[in-house]
Parts: sequence; structure tokens; C-alpha cells
Amino acid sequence: MAATAAAACGAVVARDLLIAARRRSDVLTTFFFFVIVVSLFPLGVGPEPDTLREIAPGVVWVSALLAAMLSLARMFGADYADGTLEQVVLTAQPLTLLVLSKVLAHWLTTGLPLVLMAPLLGLQFDLPGDALVVLMIALLVGTPALSLIGAVGAALTLGVRGGGALTALLVLPLYVPVLVFGAGAVTASATAMGSVGHLSLLGAMSLVALVFAPWATAMALRISLE
Amino acid sequence: MNWLKYSSPQSFYPLAGRMVPWFMGVSVVLGLIGLYIALFAAPTDFQQGDAYRIIFIHVPAAWMSMLIYLVMAFWAGIGLAFNTRLSSMMAHALAPTGALMTFIALWTGAFWGRPTWGAWWVWDARLTSELILFFLYLGYLSLVAAIDDPRRADKASAVLALVGAINVPIIYFSVKWWNTLHQGSSVSITRAPSMASIMLAGMLVMVFAFWAYSIAASLMRLRCEILERERNAGWVRETRR
Repeated sequence: MAATAAAACGAVVARDLLIAARRRSDVLTTFFFFVIVVSLFPLGVGPEPDTLREIAPGVVWVSALLAAMLSLARMFGADYADGTLEQVVLTAQPLTLLVLSKVLAHWLTTGLPLVLMAPLLGLQFDLPGDALVVLMIALLVGTPALSLIGAVGAALTLGVRGGGALTALLVLPLYVPVLVFGAGAVTASATAMGSVGHLSLLGAMSLVALVFAPWATAMALRISLE
Repeated sequence: MNWLKYSSPQSFYPLAGRMVPWFMGVSVVLGLIGLYIALFAAPTDFQQGDAYRIIFIHVPAAWMSMLIYLVMAFWAGIGLAFNTRLSSMMAHALAPTGALMTFIALWTGAFWGRPTWGAWWVWDARLTSELILFFLYLGYLSLVAAIDDPRRADKASAVLALVGAINVPIIYFSVKWWNTLHQGSSVSITRAPSMASIMLAGMLVMVFAFWAYSIAASLMRLRCEILERERNAGWVRETRR
């Protein structure tokens, strides 16, 4: 039983990654959205390096939040439309694990690229080297929470009027703690305080989300498919 | 006496109808007493002048806004666990009152902040978490409004309310640490001088007035909700005659 559950989860991840590889534009759209939004801020705020260095953590994190949120519709949307999701719910494997696999695939295609791209964008904002490392670690620890919490919102709004904007309204307030500690970690790294405390709390949030979110998402999917 | 009898919309509807005037009456009487204490009996604060009198509205509203969210999440959870229609309707009925209280708390806070702090808005932990609480209410209300099937709306919004309830303390502490980590908070409500007992009395009376109002308003909304949902049931037709 355990072996078949693991096989099913692996199959879900492999399938979602394969779909992402075949429809590369979907993944790239989110990615470039992130890049463009981050690059817009210096144009709006002004090119002074001191200002940019100060706002960089917040800008990168808010853009990551928006990018993660925009890609949520893709997590269950297509599967819901063509009926695959119903079959997934009907399988004998635990739905929470299957949901977790879908979230993992989502993170690999949207969260991870942001993590890898962030240092380059940080350079645009004149961040020093150690701040870039902290920014990357913070995104690595924090973006899974974005995918996990977002999955609940995506599942709740499946096939509902005004889906995209509604998902934003549901999910963005819940992202606040991640934003606070994610951006806070980078800011704190410049001070004597260090960023370990922030990163630990960020990790704690991802873990709490890891425990509760798949369960809530599974429940929300069952409700949506009723 | 079998209390579970009142978990059915049909038997709760008349009970709610009998309770509404009482709570509304209590709310009006206590509100008048509280406002009299607030505006005439309580002395002028020697530091803040008369501007402080807004707290007689502000504090009860802020208190109710948080309490109602928890009560709403409680009823939503009961509705989800036991599949009881009335509990979910109760959660829906509470949400607009909660959002209203959050809005009043934010608005009166701005009016108080302007003369006292010199700013309409400060990114203080309490203000920020109250604002996010307002967003959570808005999210809940829009999710309920967006789903046509009432039973699905009940359950989906219940999941959202529970997720929100888990998040409320996390949000509060994260915002608190965010602010204190950035800089020492320049303004604090807790450092305000301790209150004269007449002020405290006025505030408590106002709190009970807000309690009574919230209960009355939610029950009235619940009655409307019951009628709307059960419009095809026999007992509703008989009520209408």
C-alpha cells in the first residue's frame, strides 16, 4: 500500500512536470512576470542605489507573492476542466498525498525558478553579496509555503465566478506572515541581529503549512467536486 | 429541555424572532447609558483632551471584530463537521457584522490617531493586523457571494474561515515582530495612562451594547437567510400565509 501511494505520488509529479515541459510558455509567463514586476520598481521609485538597496527585499518578495498567486489557477484548473481531477479524487490513494505531489510540482515549476533568478534581480538593486545569499535562502525556505497556502485558495475557487481576482483576495492576506519574515530576513542580515531568527520562523511557517495545507486543500477539492 | 431542537432552521426561526427585540432593546438602552457616560459624565483627559472619547466606540468595535471572527469560524467549523445547515447560515450571518465592526474600528482609529499621534494611519502592529482581519472578512464574504450553490458555499467558506482562524494569531505576532524589529514602535496604546474608573465603566457598558447589537443584527440577518434558503419549505409558506 505504501509503495503504491509513493508510486502514485511520483506519477503525479512526473505528469505535471511533463505537462510543464510541453507547455513551456505557461511556466515562462509566470517567471517573466516576476522579472518584469521587479524591474518596474526602480523605474517608479528612482535609481538612487541607497533607496533601491532598502526596498529590494520587499520588492522581490511582493513580486514573488504575486507571481506565485498568478500561477495558482494552473495548479488544478486544467485538471478540473477535463475531468482528470475527479479521477484523482476517486483513486484509492490518500488525496492529501496526491495534493502534496501536485503542490510539489507547482513549486518546482514556479517557486524554484524564482529562487534561482532572485540573486540576479538583487544585483539590479545593488544588494551586497551576503544579502543575496540570504535572499536566496529565504526564498528557498519561504516559497513552498506560498505554494501550499495558495493550493487551498486555488481549490476553493475552482470553477467559481471571477476565479483569479477572488483567489487573490483569499490568498494574499494569508501570505502576510511569509512576506514579513521573508523580507525581514534580508533586511536583518545587514544588521547585527543576523537573519537566522527570521529564517527559522519562515521555515516554521512552511512546516506548519506542510501539515495543514494539503489536508485543507483535499477537503476543499472534495467540496468543489461534489 | 432538548436544546438540539433549535438546531433546525424551522424551530430556530421563531426563537430568533423573539430574541431580536430583546437584544436590540438592551443594545439601545446600554448604548444611551454608555454614550451619556462617554460624552458627559467622563472627565476630559488631561493629556489627550476630548479626543480620547472616541475610544468608547473604538475599543468595543475592535473587540467585537476579533471576537466575531472566532465565533464565525466556530459556527463554520460546526457546520462543516456535523453538516448542520443552521450553523453555516449563522456563520454567514455573522460575517457582515464582523466586517462592519472592523471597518468602524479602523475608521474611528484614524479619527483618534490624527489629533493624538498626528497621523491618520501608522503601521502599528494592531492597526495592521486589524486591516488584514478586514481583508479576511472581505475574502470570506466574496467567496460566499461567488458560489451559487448554497451548500457548496457553506462548506468552502467554512474551510476558508478555519484556515483564517489558524492564521489570525500568526498574522498578529508576525506583524508585531515586524514592527518592533524594524524600529521601536513610536506609539503604543498600552502605554497610555491608566483609565479613571468612570471611563472604564463607560467603556464596559458600550462593550455590552455592541455585544447586544451584534447578536441582534446577526439574528435578524439569520432570519432573512433562513427564509431565503427554505423558501420552498412548507413551514415558510405557512408563515407567509
